[in-house]
Amino acid sequence: MRFNDAVIGLVLIVFAIAEIAYTQTFPRLYGQDYGPDLFPILIGVGLIVCGVILVAQGIAARGTSPAMLLGDWAQDRRKLTNLFLLIASVLIYILFSTAIGFIPLSLLILTVLMIRLGTSAMLSVAVAVAATFFIHTMFAKLLLVPLPWGVLLPIAW
Amino acid sequence: MGVIYEAFLLITEPYTLGVMLLAAIFGLFVGSMPGLTATMAAALLIPFTFFMDPVPAIAIVVTAVAMAIFAGDIPGALLRIPGTPASAAYCDESYAMTRKGLAQRALGISLVTSVIGGLTGSVVLSLSAPALAEFAIQFSSFEYFWLACLGLSCAVIISTGSTIKGVVSLMIGLFVATIGIDITAGHPRFTFGSVELMGGISFIPAMIGMFAISEILRYFIAKPVDTSHIEQQPGGSVFRGLWPILKKYKLNIVRGSSIGAIIGILPGAGADIAAWISFAISKKFSKEPEKFGTGHPEGLVDAGSANNASLAGAWVPATVFGIPGDSITAIVIGVLYMKGMNPGPMVFLNNPELIYAVFMSFFIANLALLPLGFGAIKLSRQILKIPQQVLMPVILIFCIVGSFAINNTVFGVTVMLVFGLLAFVMEENGFPVAPAILGIVLGGMLEDNFMSSMIKADGDILGFFSRPISATLGIVTLAIWILPLVAAYLRRRRRLAAD
Repeated sequence: MRFNDAVIGLVLIVFAIAEIAYTQTFPRLYGQDYGPDLFPILIGVGLIVCGVILVAQGIAARGTSPAMLLGDWAQDRRKLTNLFLLIASVLIYILFSTAIGFIPLSLLILTVLMIRLGTSAMLSVAVAVAATFFIHTMFAKLLLVPLPWGVLLPIAW
Repeated sequence: MGVIYEAFLLITEPYTLGVMLLAAIFGLFVGSMPGLTATMAAALLIPFTFFMDPVPAIAIVVTAVAMAIFAGDIPGALLRIPGTPASAAYCDESYAMTRKGLAQRALGISLVTSVIGGLTGSVVLSLSAPALAEFAIQFSSFEYFWLACLGLSCAVIISTGSTIKGVVSLMIGLFVATIGIDITAGHPRFTFGSVELMGGISFIPAMIGMFAISEILRYFIAKPVDTSHIEQQPGGSVFRGLWPILKKYKLNIVRGSSIGAIIGILPGAGADIAAWISFAISKKFSKEPEKFGTGHPEGLVDAGSANNASLAGAWVPATVFGIPGDSITAIVIGVLYMKGMNPGPMVFLNNPELIYAVFMSFFIANLALLPLGFGAIKLSRQILKIPQQVLMPVILIFCIVGSFAINNTVFGVTVMLVFGLLAFVMEENGFPVAPAILGIVLGGMLEDNFMSSMIKADGDILGFFSRPISATLGIVTLAIWILPLVAAYLRRRRRLAAD
């Protein structure tokens, strides 16, 4: 998914203006010209300058470069689904790992993603079980990382 | 001598050598899997370093990376798919050798030149870093400010693709570094009330995101890697007939190793750029440039030694100034801080035994590469048969657990996902990622040193030129910024005049 440089440039300019505006809420240091807002403002100015150049370059190249060019993968429904499932897996882990727990979620994510990528169901489940318990034992038991138990808490080992 | 002996005892502890061996096997595996990079190997090892003493923690990264850069040559020669970007420069050449039935020889050359290059880089590191540290001990915030500027400029100049996109990438990195409580006024910036963001973006999850998650994302949308055309294990021995080639191209080995070490030292450029440049130089100065591309060993010798030499070179600025020489040392600096070995000249004074033990790990890793790499060549067909569609989801879970483990909060996983997506979108649109990483690592150093210098100089900007070394560094930095603009302006005027 390639965007025309002008589109990216505009996004950068808007971001930079918002960023600079936000720095105005920072406190000033007494008796000093330079405060916590200095570097963010410089970065914002830098982004605006780069953004303007990108917009100019993008407009110059608009004949050959459309506003958004879908690469071969973005037109391929199967690959878009792959990407969506991958991102969704991590989001689901972020949102529900405390409630559901590491082991059930890891089993689910591994099995779904492996089957989706074309592994046979048998092998997917087998690898998911082996990998989940290996990672859980290594991190939770040997390295003492408090991976959430979630629904398995009553039978935690 | 006492310090050296102490360092030797530290690095030869059975536990340290044991974990180094495991890391070596891991590195060989990751390097030889196409799509898994050496930087990813380093990022995946970080969660384990939390639970280790400083020396084994750093030594496992050193070992895994040295192995991975060599192992990247294996699928390059056998499948024409580079295992890591550092092998991309010459995988056509080594595959051409394979087509001639010389796969074992191509891999033999890669292995031996990797070992020699790696050892040369280690010598450069162990000699130059302590000398530089002695010099750097006199540096104040003024000098560090300019050094950070130089490092960041270098990363933009060397980065691939358009310079303006390199600058944008750098700005994004610097912006990320401003998130959290600012040091001068103690005011939270861009945290929007989030307590998790107060301490700043956690560095390790961000790195795991940028180097591992972005690769996984790319795998999920890529065409499946076809390993069916792997050549039959050809006969012949890995080392037979190697000596005459190495003797013939001994100067290439020296040249490749030196170029590699120097490019490694330059901030932001690592093994992949070292291999490209030394391969190009090899072709340019070769007596038989017409043979390049037909399975000619000369370029392999140069580039094979250069990429391994650059690994150690990158540690020179990383240990002495805290400025990463490549993306791997950007991760390592995070580990050094975590282990209380804060990079800078003081670590050479306060913990010399630790830093020398780390340097020794380079020698041990590169020597161990010879037998272990030989084993990897012998097992290469079996390794390359491991299905990636099984591997990638497992790596994803591994990344999630690793990002969680740094602070034991799920917020680390969020940071990992955001930065993975950011790196993915950036690379899709031709923005180099290396300047952003340098921006994240050096942003704090840049701002802290600027602020304390300003307080010292009482707000007088000329203070940055008041000390001899600082003035020199400042002038060099300004020249690097201004000269390309002047050159571009002159070129444009000449072109307009000619029209």
